[in-house]
Amino acid sequence: MENRGLIKVDLIFETIDSGKVLSKAFRMSNDEIIKEILDSGLRGRGGAGFPTGMKWKFTAAEKDQEKYIVCNADEGEPGTFKDREILDRVAYKVFGGMAIAGKAIGSKKGYVYLRGEYRFLLPQLYTELDKFHKLIKEIGYDFSIEFRMGSGAYICGEESALFESIEGFRGEPRNKPPYPTTCGVFNKPTSINNVETLVTAMMIIEKSAAEYVKLGTQDSRGSKVFSISGDTPTPGIFELELGMTVGEFVAEFGDGDTKAVQVGGASGFCVPRKKFDETIIGFEGVPTGGSMKLFNSSRSMYNVLHNYLDFFTEESCGQCTPCRVGCQQLLLGIEKVKKGEMKSVYLNELVKLADTMKVASKCGLGQSVGNAFKSIVENFREEIIY
Amino acid sequence: MYNTGNLVKEMVERHGRNRDSLMPILQDIVGRHNYLTDEAMVEVAKELDISAAEVYGTASFYSFLDTEPRGRYVIRVCKTITCSMKGKNDILGAIEDLLKIKLGETTLDNQFSLLETNCIGWCHKAPAILINDMPYTELTPEKVLDVIKGYMNK
Amino acid sequence: MINLKINDQHVNVPEGTTVLNAAKELGINIPTLCNHKDLCVAGNCRVCVVEQKGARTLIAACAMPASEGMEIYTNSLKVRNARKHIVELLLSEHKSDCTKCYKNQKCELQRLANEYSFGEEVFLDLTEEVKYKIDRSSPSFIKDDSKCIRCQRCVRTCSQLQQVSAIAVANKGSHQKISSFHDRPMSHVVCTNCGQCVNRCPTGALVEKTYIDLVWDAIYDSDKHVVVQTAPAVRVALGEDLGYDPGERVTGKMVTALKQLGFDSVLDTDFTADLTIMEEGTELLTRLKKALVDGDKEISLPMFTSCSPGWIKFIEHKYPKLLNNLSTCKSPQQMFGALSKTYFAQKRNIDPSKIVSVSIMPCTAKKYEADRPEMRSSGYKDVDYVLTTRELAVMVKQAGIDFRNLEETKYDSVMGDSTGAAVIFGATGGVMEAALRTAYEIVTGREVPFKNLNIAPVRGMDGVKEATVKIEGTTEDWNFLEGAELKVAIAHGLVNANKIARAVAEGKASYHFIEIMACPGGCIGGGGQPIPTNMEIRQKRMEAIYSEDENLPLRKSHENPEVIAIYNDFLTKPNSHKSHELLHTHYVERESY
Repeated sequence: MENRGLIKVDLIFETIDSGKVLSKAFRMSNDEIIKEILDSGLRGRGGAGFPTGMKWKFTAAEKDQEKYIVCNADEGEPGTFKDREILDRVAYKVFGGMAIAGKAIGSKKGYVYLRGEYRFLLPQLYTELDKFHKLIKEIGYDFSIEFRMGSGAYICGEESALFESIEGFRGEPRNKPPYPTTCGVFNKPTSINNVETLVTAMMIIEKSAAEYVKLGTQDSRGSKVFSISGDTPTPGIFELELGMTVGEFVAEFGDGDTKAVQVGGASGFCVPRKKFDETIIGFEGVPTGGSMKLFNSSRSMYNVLHNYLDFFTEESCGQCTPCRVGCQQLLLGIEKVKKGEMKSVYLNELVKLADTMKVASKCGLGQSVGNAFKSIVENFREEIIY
Repeated sequence: MYNTGNLVKEMVERHGRNRDSLMPILQDIVGRHNYLTDEAMVEVAKELDISAAEVYGTASFYSFLDTEPRGRYVIRVCKTITCSMKGKNDILGAIEDLLKIKLGETTLDNQFSLLETNCIGWCHKAPAILINDMPYTELTPEKVLDVIKGYMNK
Repeated sequence: MINLKINDQHVNVPEGTTVLNAAKELGINIPTLCNHKDLCVAGNCRVCVVEQKGARTLIAACAMPASEGMEIYTNSLKVRNARKHIVELLLSEHKSDCTKCYKNQKCELQRLANEYSFGEEVFLDLTEEVKYKIDRSSPSFIKDDSKCIRCQRCVRTCSQLQQVSAIAVANKGSHQKISSFHDRPMSHVVCTNCGQCVNRCPTGALVEKTYIDLVWDAIYDSDKHVVVQTAPAVRVALGEDLGYDPGERVTGKMVTALKQLGFDSVLDTDFTADLTIMEEGTELLTRLKKALVDGDKEISLPMFTSCSPGWIKFIEHKYPKLLNNLSTCKSPQQMFGALSKTYFAQKRNIDPSKIVSVSIMPCTAKKYEADRPEMRSSGYKDVDYVLTTRELAVMVKQAGIDFRNLEETKYDSVMGDSTGAAVIFGATGGVMEAALRTAYEIVTGREVPFKNLNIAPVRGMDGVKEATVKIEGTTEDWNFLEGAELKVAIAHGLVNANKIARAVAEGKASYHFIEIMACPGGCIGGGGQPIPTNMEIRQKRMEAIYSEDENLPLRKSHENPEVIAIYNDFLTKPNSHKSHELLHTHYVERESY
């Protein structure tokens, strides 16, 4: 496995001439844009890591006249706050990325679905959006963006739940197929991309795929904005090249007493100290939407797991059995084991249950509850029991 | 309880009568009054020609679209992991002591409601709270009291 | 065509076929729970998960379209483990007091649990952690949230089939539940009591409110004369709960069974169905005369039928401005109730205070209808207890009756005679057909011009049906209708009723007379009918209804000798003062939520 070490970069927040990049993009054919993004190896920055170029290619191939580009700004994964920072500092690049995506897929209309928790950003975002609309008009391109707000529901970060929410329904994930690229928001072909993905796409158009592939590894191209919190002397936003080990990360950001790092938020994986050096942060190792949470030895991993399970129990949409009931069982289960009301072997049953949730849940939420559960229970079993 | 009056009509004028107008309408009502009364939900249902149970079902899915009476300022204390680790309970306790209400309650003068919420995206500046839409971060029990006192004097 | 392999067997299916249905082609059964033939796919319960070769996760067979080259395994270890877990999870949030449950042995969850033959509980009992609500406020049904497994069949029924959405999914996560508007009692919301949700609930979360024990009490009370009436749709469905195939008529055996159960008089709602035709037909013709001849602007047309109590409550909530368009006729059940304690009591010389009037209905809304305060025109509660088809089957079983080997007997008299016109009330379009058979003959003196009296355009399962009958050769009294085209429409299922009501409300409909039944298929698909009820089964029951009609000697309401007699002896004529007192009613405007 490739190991690049920890390299700080500054691309996402770098100031660019938006008009120039957009003009360049609009002169390209949609195939050229898609090829560039495919060549860059860019994978979705929300966490799931689907190749962005493929997503655009599929949506572009749809015959429908009406298509949408949706920016997923429902950043709700515990420990992630990079999209807020990006929207706060370089919203114009988000809008620009949407316009480029729109050009690539043949869409004239974009939605930004912003989580309700970030409503305070709205006034400044509207100012930025006005500027963007003017710029687009000057360039002579037809593309407009509308904001839609969330109202406190983590699950709306799941793409089809997000569409349901935009359409005015409960944010319940849909059955797939059909996938968004054929049947997305308002049942039209839709490319839905994370905030950071769109900014990165714009950067790739600016700098070229050839430049971009110089960063990162074979499986995880480029750099990524990390949201770093927990037991660290330097919490905050850092842009790093992909391909470092957790060990290198901890050496930079740890407080000298790090016992575990939760990579990818509540739905991600817990990496214990003994596995720091062998674990690469990226799609070849532990993938992340950017959330990196450090725990030092003063923390109870039972409390961490309990907090996560409490989160999922509340934030599951509740429609499918494995997730709705499974979350409750995992939560109640560890409580009873902790209190001694259930034997410690019951944890084995719960691990099996987590496996079922992983394969049988309707959407990514239920499917990923088992990540944190299993990695914490397997690595910190004694902390859960005693 | 607030009077619905022309509120729903006004919102419908602004956002339309389609199903996808529902969220913006409910959000704007909450933006003004912090919660949805039964009367307001029934009226929205009529305007949009959907059932009141569906309006309630949709609203109750979203934790910010409260259907129980709330005060003028809704304090939401983040309870997710980092805020929890960094002293959320102390913040909560300080607010409870100041406002003389418990979690989930509203002050008698209907000024403040105290709730918990899941991750609000300020983990690097934990602990954090929202008061209506505004985030307050890197709080200490002393600091949060100052913030709330500021609202008391508004 | 799509080529795929299920459990290593090849199958070809048309594009769009789900894996579930493709498996059925091979005779492979995949268990389901949230799936229902009448409803759209939900993919929620996950009981039907199967393994697709190469896929990261299992897939829901009900929601996944078959695709070329797919390889599916329905019984692999992975599938079995997951499915077992899923059923166990459902059981953990379901209050499993099976032996005390109304749905014991009829519960789909119980059946699944049985198939997987669980020993000890694996997971913790979550029902102990939650305070569940049991809503008994409706006279028609009970909603017990502790039995609910959130399959959302009821919610989909209420929105997709009925467009009422009295219940919706509320809250999320562990707090997710099926709720009325802000958790109000079901008796205080827009619910029509149609019971379609009850018919589709896989568990005991939604069940009819049963009055079986009260009926037994009445039967055993020697001081009481217990009269029972049976609705037309019961006789073509009761058999399903007693071991017969859908579509088998059991009229004669049912009558015998009722007698054996101890009812003192076994009578027929069909009698008052015929009477309804006389009253409603006359009302329609009178309205037409007043509007067309007298130019009376106060007359509301089109006129809607009023036999379906679910429809009545629907229009009271949703279209209160159209209440004057409703026929003032009570439903056959309530006409029967009022007459049982007046006319019948007189004829048989029984003290009406000693009469207990019971009805067997395919319907749960009838329980509510009987409880309406308007329904006391006999001076007593006109109908004391309403039992569903399902409840009657339970009584037959309780009494240990060997139903299959019963003799067939006839209804008692008076109020036991009926015609084929009354029987077809049980199917959508039936009231219209019966009304046309009589009205046409009243106006022209001739039989309705359709072969064998079968008015085909008003029959069938189309959601909205329309027909035009040209009136020619009228008798002198009715010559103002000469050459007129009577435009009629029929809708069944409230989603279709809503379409017509909306068109009428917006002035976009040019009908004169509209028949509406709240339930899909009409009463044969009623909420009180045997479970399961679905399109296939409704179709079979409908065929049975029409064959019952064809086999009866009399097929026009006005020819029913007991109807002729009641007008001679008691009511004088249709829409008389006495009729209005006993057989007609009024409606109330209700809230919109």
